[in-house]
Amino acid sequence: MTRRSVAVEAYKEGLPALSASLVGGLLAGVVLGGMRSDLQTVDGLLVLVPALLATRGNVYGSLGARLATALHQGLLEPRVSESDDKLLRAVAAAIANGLLASVFAAVVATLALAGLGRASAGLLTFVTIAVVAGLLSGLALSATVVLVVFAGYRRGYNPDTLVGPIVTTAGDVFGIAALLIAVRSVVAVLGGG
Amino acid sequence: MLPVLLVLTVIEIGSGLVLGSFESDLLRYPSLLILVPVTIGTAGNLGSILAARLSTAFHLGTLSFSPEDDMLAGNALATVALALTVFPVIGVGAWGLAVLTGGAKLTAGTVVLVALLSGAVLAVLAVVVTAIATYAAYRRGLDPDDVVIPVVTNTCDVLGVVVLFAVVKVVVS
Repeated sequence: MTRRSVAVEAYKEGLPALSASLVGGLLAGVVLGGMRSDLQTVDGLLVLVPALLATRGNVYGSLGARLATALHQGLLEPRVSESDDKLLRAVAAAIANGLLASVFAAVVATLALAGLGRASAGLLTFVTIAVVAGLLSGLALSATVVLVVFAGYRRGYNPDTLVGPIVTTAGDVFGIAALLIAVRSVVAVLGGG
Repeated sequence: MLPVLLVLTVIEIGSGLVLGSFESDLLRYPSLLILVPVTIGTAGNLGSILAARLSTAFHLGTLSFSPEDDMLAGNALATVALALTVFPVIGVGAWGLAVLTGGAKLTAGTVVLVALLSGAVLAVLAVVVTAIATYAAYRRGLDPDDVVIPVVTNTCDVLGVVVLFAVVKVVVS
């Protein structure tokens, strides 16, 4: 293949996935833009945002890849009603990993902010926000990934190519939306930092 | 999975600290705050698409690590072209959404310029990072599919914030 044909093919293959995640990213941006007052109430919250979003992509991207592989190998039936506890275990493990990484992010953020002498809402606020946001986005993302991978597979699409764009799009939107709900409820209960 | 996840989380907190250091600019200009998730996400996606393609080409034996290699050069070219297509749209989208949701304080031109400059720099960085990571995995006998995609995606996430920060400092403040 010539350089030009490689470039044209790569461009055509990449554009749909990038466009899908662009829509998700902009929606997430609007929600983040609506959180300006929350960002001012909870000092240092912005520091957590990239870690929480990346965790969603890493954990639920890996869940999607696992489910896709299990479907290809015939280890999993592509129907929620017929699946055994293998599906439940995979989802539970993903949510547990996501929660652990979120709490870890909250601890590292608290330490880093303290080390740099920057304003911080404190460990309790960050950890509670991380747990609530991790649980909410984990449930929403697991349901999305399972449904899309199963429905795609039943309709004859390769689930491997569906997982990437869906997880990045849904991960951004659900990740930020869960953060918004978590911050507002935690501030209502614990007060600002 | 878990140890990798924790290392990546620490790296992402690093990018969060960069983001926190220009929080006042982001709070003052809503269009820039709207740009944050989409810039991070698109930078990571540019890297992960390129990494997946280079990994596959490597497994098929159609890739050699030389700047003259057509597979490498063609994919690098496509990455830059994708960034130059998508980032102006991101800029217009972020500005438009800021107008709709409470007002944009920057002009459309400024926001598009910030997005386009960030995108161009990020595309070049994504190519460099992905080529180095794929080559390093190959030299160490690791499967690029397992290692390169998470490393590249997260590195590009972080670079997305750093580049956006630098461009905002140059263009806006």
